Amino acid sequence: MSKLPKPAELAKVSYQLPKTGWMDTPVEFKPGMFCHGSKPKSLELVGFPNPREWRPADADWKLPENWKEIIIEGIADRLKKYRSFRLFMDICVRCGACADKCHFFIGTGDPRNMPVLRAELIRSVYRKEFTTAGKILGKMAGGRELTLDVLKEWWYYFYQCTECRRCSVFCPYGIDQAEITIIGRELLNLLGLNIEWIAGPVSNCYMKGNHLGLEPHTIVGNLEYMLDDIETVTGKRIKPTFNRKGAEILFVTPSGDLFADPGTYTAMGYLMLFEELGLDYTWSTYASEGGNFGFFTSNEMGKRLNSKIYAEAKRLGVKWILGGECGHMWRVLSQYMDTWNGPADFLEVPKSPITGTVFENAKSMKMVHVAEFTADLIKNNKLKLDPSRNDHLKVTWHDSCNVARGMGMLEEPRYVLKSVVNNFVEMPEDTIREKTFCCGSGTGLNASENMELRMKGGFPRANAVKYVHEHHGVNMLGNVCAIDRASLKALMEYWVPGVGVCGLHELVANAMIMTGEKERTTDLRGEPLPSVAAKEEKA
Amino acid sequence: MTAIISFIAVLLLVAIGYVGGSAGPSVRFLFGVVIPYAAFIFFVGGLIARIMKWASSPVPFNIVTTTGQQKTLPWIKHSKIESPYSAFGVVIRMALEILAFRSLFRNLKTQLHEGGRVAYGEAKWLWMAGLAFHYSFAIILFRHLRFFIEKVPVAVQMTDMLDSFLQIGAPLLYATDVVLLGAVTYLFIRRVAIPQVRYISLAADYFPLFLIFGIGATGVLMRYFTKTDIISVKMLAMGLISFKPVVPDTIGAMFFVHLFLLSVLFAYFPLSKLVHMGGVFLSPTRNLPNNSRAVRHVNPWNYPVHVHTYEEYENDFRDKMKEAGLPVEKE
Ligand code: HEM
Ligand code: SF4
Ligand code: SF4
Repeated sequence: MSKLPKPAELAKVSYQLPKTGWMDTPVEFKPGMFCHGSKPKSLELVGFPNPREWRPADADWKLPENWKEIIIEGIADRLKKYRSFRLFMDICVRCGACADKCHFFIGTGDPRNMPVLRAELIRSVYRKEFTTAGKILGKMAGGRELTLDVLKEWWYYFYQCTECRRCSVFCPYGIDQAEITIIGRELLNLLGLNIEWIAGPVSNCYMKGNHLGLEPHTIVGNLEYMLDDIETVTGKRIKPTFNRKGAEILFVTPSGDLFADPGTYTAMGYLMLFEELGLDYTWSTYASEGGNFGFFTSNEMGKRLNSKIYAEAKRLGVKWILGGECGHMWRVLSQYMDTWNGPADFLEVPKSPITGTVFENAKSMKMVHVAEFTADLIKNNKLKLDPSRNDHLKVTWHDSCNVARGMGMLEEPRYVLKSVVNNFVEMPEDTIREKTFCCGSGTGLNASENMELRMKGGFPRANAVKYVHEHHGVNMLGNVCAIDRASLKALMEYWVPGVGVCGLHELVANAMIMTGEKERTTDLRGEPLPSVAAKEEKA
Repeated sequence: MTAIISFIAVLLLVAIGYVGGSAGPSVRFLFGVVIPYAAFIFFVGGLIARIMKWASSPVPFNIVTTTGQQKTLPWIKHSKIESPYSAFGVVIRMALEILAFRSLFRNLKTQLHEGGRVAYGEAKWLWMAGLAFHYSFAIILFRHLRFFIEKVPVAVQMTDMLDSFLQIGAPLLYATDVVLLGAVTYLFIRRVAIPQVRYISLAADYFPLFLIFGIGATGVLMRYFTKTDIISVKMLAMGLISFKPVVPDTIGAMFFVHLFLLSVLFAYFPLSKLVHMGGVFLSPTRNLPNNSRAVRHVNPWNYPVHVHTYEEYENDFRDKMKEAGLPVEKE
């Protein structure tokens, strides 16, 4: 693994452009900036093309003889299938409004990370192959031949885009580079050019139900550990159910939250909340993944993995589905699931059994985000809360890209947050809500071999956190995303030491007074509560 | 380099127009009648073909980009335009995009300061120049109707009057002439002056700017300097739209340059990035409502896929499931 430079060094980003035009500037694969290639086994398990041992840094990528044909045909096919793709290939005026909006450009200064140039990587080939002007004028018209170098360039840069959609907010035509990256990665997948950090979780999820490959007994076991911890903190033993037929609600959350902290604290939060409500719900070990790494490979794979959620809801005979905190997961659920695997007419329009609120906004896809669910509970005074238990925290809020720009859930988590903590500070306006910055590790780029890329990509986000850390003493970064919880932790350790990362429902559970609980002395992390800490200090 | 090539190309077009306009009657007929007709047909046909082509590809998913709060619980303030739920909201959102360049208005300038602090500053110049350019272009086109309609409509007269409100010179100076040339000049300068924008620019980005500047400049030359015979130009224009084309001898060569450049612009339009005029209406990140959870969006090419069923899963893990106390379908 390459050595990660010091923060002070990485913060010195040079925006100096190469002397030569981008088409004439060769791409250098820099260690730390890309992930390991996919392993043959991961591709074979799900029937992806061209499984083989390969390494991205090698000259020979072991491509099929007719790889060029495959790609060109793949483009033609997708031009017919996606109006977005066809349109976005044609209408960009290269005004440059999107150029400095990408966190990867801000953090690397690499011109190919300007969203407009990332699109040109593929657009140039489109011109050459699919437009009259490009066929005749070639380079004069911005066209270029598809060569092996071009293909490598695509791979390098489509795995330096986290499909965060920030660029699309600023483009006067709504050109969404995420859409182009999605299609670019689909094309690469036709040749088996995936990364293992995505391909591995995809095959795990296909066979075992979740990205981490947790088998049924491991899921139960992992939850047991959490239940022990909950008992230590609250004195209450919770007994959740799994794969239970006839439950009212199926709960689906990203598997990351069952595996490592701080995600596990969020999962503990769910368990405690549902227990306190006496919710008639079940976990599933088959549909044990809310997230969808398949979406980072191809539309078809996304659909294949997603199918389990409705299938399991149907098998168990639940009324509706409740979804945990996650980012890309909710883009897929909001904008794809019903189209792919619906209509879910065997389910009922979600209705909170506690407040009676009907979630009309989810009346077709039948799935509610847990932040929406909890906001409704709090609004209706259904929870006893003591926000002072979170007084040791000064919290700021990270809007996860896909929840913000692919769903529009901005206020619900803020409402919940303000109800469970006393100290909440927003980051600067241009870095939150629809303009929020990616953690730098989305779309399956949260591996370890590309740590330099992740730290560079997360630079603008970290910068904004640093601002509120220095000016307002913020020490906790809240969010509703499993990838965030995993990746922001590393990002904070690197750029803003002293700021922790947590999910929303960890804070909810800390503040929530449960019936019959013992007097709590610590939070879910086992840290002494502020009141206790104050007493200890006095003593 | 690409800028220079585009510049030379436009100069060449100017020369061609000039030579054509200075030649004998049959060549002047070619430049005054045949080419404009052809360009117009190409423009309309090409644009329709392009739009049909876009429309022929479906929108398989609702991929709206939300830039505001979704509609959820009744007590949470819904952002009706930035995250529209109804068709009405979408119409307003689109109107703002098209008439006011809403998204471009958000533009920011990202700067990295000493000590590694990133700051975001206002950046409204592109938005302003963009609006100035497009509106003056539209108004100028509209004013040109006075050549094509025998009795000039009141709306056109009014526009004329308002546009010359500065009351300078004779003939009166149109504000839009100044704004158009100024805005195009700005758009060109920023293209070469901002390193990132220069880096992404193609010949196809400079060419329309020079071309439009050329059209504007020849128009201004004719109106204020070389003094073209308006009556004969109107005769030509009226002839064109009534399909009884005539090319009066009294029209100077400068007019032919103007007309030829415009013809080139029309013909070039459907082949180039200028089709953004039609495309902006079709953009699926903007023209869809954010209601995909409430109303199922249908994908016409949705097809069945291989899935790993629960049955297969249970077969793989039955023993482990039983051991962990999980219910199973088959013992
Ligand atoms: C519905 C109609 C139209 C809309 C909404 C629209 C919108 C825009 C926007 C938002 C930009 C980017 C900002 C800028 O560079 O100004 C732009 C650029 C441009 N538009 Fe349009 N436009 C329309 C029609 C036209 C027409 C009819 C023409 C001319 C023939 C045109 C020519 C251009 C050119 C040349 C640029 C690039 C400017 C540059 O190089 O920076 N547009 N348009
Ligand atoms: S903002 Fe849109 S039109 Fe402008 S360069 Fe970027 S993608 Fe192209
Ligand atoms: S989607 Fe996000 S990561 Fe990708 S180009 Fe746009 S801003 Fe950059």
